[in-house]
Amino acid sequence: MIHKEAFSDPARERIIFTRRLILSMFIMLVMGLTIISRYVDLQVNQFQDFATHSDNNRVHVRPMAPTRGVIYDRNGEILADNRSSSNLSIIRERADDLDQLINKVGSLITLTDNDITRFYSQLKRRRPFEPTPLKFNLTEKEQAILAVNQHILGGTKVSAKLTRFYPKRDLFTHVVGYVGRINERESKIIDPINYSGTDSIGKIGIEKFYEESLLGEVGSDHVETNARGRVMRVIDHVSPVAGNDLQLHLDSRLQQVAYEAFSGERGALVAIEIETGGVLAMVSAPSYDANPFVSGISQKAYDALLNSADKPMFNRSIKGQYPPGSTIKPLFGLIGLQSQSITTETKIEDPGYFLMEGIERPWRDHNSERGGHGKGVDLAKAIIESCDVFFYKMGVKIGIDTLAASSQAFGLGKKTDIDLPGERSGIMPSRIWKKSARGASWFDGDTINVSIGQGFMLTTPLQLAVMTASIASRGDLIQPQIVKSINGVENPTIKVAENSKISDKYWNYIHDSMRDVVHSNRGTARGINKDLTYSIAGKTGTAQVISINASDEYDRSKISERQWDHALFVAFAPAEDPKIAVALIVENGEHGSSAAAPIARTVIDTYIKSAMSENDAQNLTATNASYLNSLQGYNVYGEQ
Amino acid sequence: MENSDFVRRMQSPGGDRKKSGSTHIDFPLLTLLLALCALGLMVLYSAGDQNLTYLKRQAIFMVLGFIIMFVVAQFEVRYWKKWAFVVYSLGLLLLIAVFFFGVGAKGAQRWLDIGFSRLQPAEFMKIAVPLMLASYLSKRFIPPTFKHISCAMVMTIIPAALIMRQPDLGTALLVFLSGFFTLFLAGLGVRYLIGTFLTGIAAVPIVWNFVLLDYQKQRILTLLSPEKDKLGSGWNIVQSKTAIGSGGLNGKGWTEGTQSQLNFLPESHTDFIIAVLAEEFGLIGVLTLLALYTLVIARCLFIALNAQSQFGRLLAGSLGLIFFIYVFVNMGMVSGILPVVGAPLPMISYGGTAILTLFIGFGLLMAISTEPNRMGTNL
Repeated sequence: MIHKEAFSDPARERIIFTRRLILSMFIMLVMGLTIISRYVDLQVNQFQDFATHSDNNRVHVRPMAPTRGVIYDRNGEILADNRSSSNLSIIRERADDLDQLINKVGSLITLTDNDITRFYSQLKRRRPFEPTPLKFNLTEKEQAILAVNQHILGGTKVSAKLTRFYPKRDLFTHVVGYVGRINERESKIIDPINYSGTDSIGKIGIEKFYEESLLGEVGSDHVETNARGRVMRVIDHVSPVAGNDLQLHLDSRLQQVAYEAFSGERGALVAIEIETGGVLAMVSAPSYDANPFVSGISQKAYDALLNSADKPMFNRSIKGQYPPGSTIKPLFGLIGLQSQSITTETKIEDPGYFLMEGIERPWRDHNSERGGHGKGVDLAKAIIESCDVFFYKMGVKIGIDTLAASSQAFGLGKKTDIDLPGERSGIMPSRIWKKSARGASWFDGDTINVSIGQGFMLTTPLQLAVMTASIASRGDLIQPQIVKSINGVENPTIKVAENSKISDKYWNYIHDSMRDVVHSNRGTARGINKDLTYSIAGKTGTAQVISINASDEYDRSKISERQWDHALFVAFAPAEDPKIAVALIVENGEHGSSAAAPIARTVIDTYIKSAMSENDAQNLTATNASYLNSLQGYNVYGEQ
Repeated sequence: MENSDFVRRMQSPGGDRKKSGSTHIDFPLLTLLLALCALGLMVLYSAGDQNLTYLKRQAIFMVLGFIIMFVVAQFEVRYWKKWAFVVYSLGLLLLIAVFFFGVGAKGAQRWLDIGFSRLQPAEFMKIAVPLMLASYLSKRFIPPTFKHISCAMVMTIIPAALIMRQPDLGTALLVFLSGFFTLFLAGLGVRYLIGTFLTGIAAVPIVWNFVLLDYQKQRILTLLSPEKDKLGSGWNIVQSKTAIGSGGLNGKGWTEGTQSQLNFLPESHTDFIIAVLAEEFGLIGVLTLLALYTLVIARCLFIALNAQSQFGRLLAGSLGLIFFIYVFVNMGMVSGILPVVGAPLPMISYGGTAILTLFIGFGLLMAISTEPNRMGTNL
């Protein structure tokens, strides 16, 4: 070794080394400048971009859902409110293995197939980093289990939120409606900002019609989060504005009574407060529970509802279009009097059928034994006993043009503009209507059918109720309303038409006739007048489901139940000072007198009693007090 | 030895050796190192979520580092030249030990558990390799012959390959470079340089297909387009660039960096700590750090130029260059112009072994700086 070093040349070593070091320094200078220019580029040239990016990283806007307005009935009973519930949701972006995570959750708490199916279908239509709900309404035990196992459940989130709840279950579903998860179609039309904290929207009924008012305004928290999304501090806060509370005209007790009165029958009932047009009860039977729709109903349960022959999801009261049958007779009678086609003295002979000149086929009188109503049938008798032949003759004389025009002034053939979505307009046929709808000319035969509320004529139960209220109020056509007040501000009563030209004489005549339908011995609805302490004016009706040849007798045993006639009844009460108007239909109930009228009596009874107790509350209390005083010393409560 | 020292004395007359009484301390270097350590601890305090645990451990290692540095500096350079082979062999043995008994993290096996702490032998090789090569080459002809170059390359490649297997691409590359720098400074022929360069280029496809692991390839691909996979492997680089860029000229203020304080920045107290500094102190902070580094490197090169022996020259030069490379690689990868490899920022990043290794290196530099002129002064 040593001998080798002896030959080393220190001078040369030093020169070589120095050269190399200078070369290195030059290279280092270039590399150093590269680094410096990179940092200058990032920190000076691209500063704005990165500063923005840095803020986007940390500052998030957290929407805060407003509290949806509560819906009350007229007495302050809650029909829809918000209950706090704990939900488990999963943030897809934060979960490593989704299927495995769901299995883990499933091993800790019960997950139904429905929960999982719903989760996956909702997972497809969500915004990035948006929690997708997996299970709703966690029990306290489930919450505790999830909390303890939080460390193995990365990506899950248990959050308390307000969920819509309908304490009356199926009673008001058709009217009040329900909220459900915002679907794709809805997400395209809603204001994305105002709904940023909300995942549900009114689907039907009042919940849909008053969506904007009920929703409120979204609030927001500008929060600083760390990389794991944990909130470190709140930078800015805007409180949400709660939605408006709605008070409805609906009366829970009345609704309950009416719904139960149908006792399993299919049909619809609308009861209207005559003075305001406020809807006191609106029943479509059968109904269904609204609550499962809030968190997402299972496909199976939904299909069952959808495919049921009873069509529970169909709101018959505003969408069901039925021939009004004989319930139209008081109105047409009024039109006959007003148009001078008949007088109160006009009398006809009813042989049980009606023959039209040039037509071989006779029109049968449906409401009489063979032989007809006989001689001397005037308008009152024709209404009380429901004589068809009188109306056939009168209808031809009035003519369809006058019938149609005048009926429209009572709300027929057009929407009532009630504050509910999906209302149907029914049909008040006319020459123009037939030309455009059927492409055919009008025949007198068509008029004859219409004159007893058959043929082309269709009405909704709501329209019949509005018409009845209008008759009761002597011509005032009031727009029906469900909502009484919004946040305490009363909805004004809207008068659509007045029909002021009709003289009181005619009104009295029609009211008396309708009163006698219930109260006279010959009245078709006499069956409901037992023990009445007040008076009801009404009219029965029967609507054909299938047409029967005039020569054939309607024989229920020959046709299936679904083709039996519909039973209808319209009424108002008290007859002398009308407060409430009711219209109802019992599908395939056959006779208005036996199937429909008793339901109306029950509803009106309930209303009159509660109205009395309201009006005379003080008197009653006083009376009761004196009565109780007089009973002092006795066992008032009987054997208890 | 006597002979060579005699000749060297003749060639470098009047070399004024820095001596501080009987202790071998280079005060300019010491001052710079103290400044770097202070800055490092300040940034680490912020990067470690103001958690004192990191700070205490790092401070302990720094104190330990200064002590080791002083001890190393007290041994004359000629002893280190003699002991180089022992040091190198010991390092190699430790590397082999890691291979069999090492503990790991994140899929790599890099540490030796020595009870109270963990050692990363690969870090020591960054010093041991240039030490060995300087010792070997200074005893041979200058410029080195083919045979000596080959021997030197083998001595470099064996530890580099072992480190690569851990796998730790960054350190392997740095160890290889430290050996290469020694050869380069020793006067590696131009044709060898060109040859190495061409071989390097030719080896790219082979290395890509047979040597690099999937995650290493991924890092290189990520470098080319980090935005492609923002939440995956591109996350680190996107976040570190955001941290640096959003720092601007003046920075967001100490402990006010949102990227680092809110944990958007990964590895903020180790490899990516420069992003914390850049975010909180801005470009001014970055340039201040670079100025300190430049002064340290300049001092190293000055020591190398004035070294009394060829061994000292080669060693000091190599250590200076490799120190520069540490800084370059780290700052380059964090700012997104180099692939992400495991390379800490010297004196700033948290990490005990790295700190100790650096101080051993500076100890050697101080020994070289205070190397006595054996023939006395002013002949």
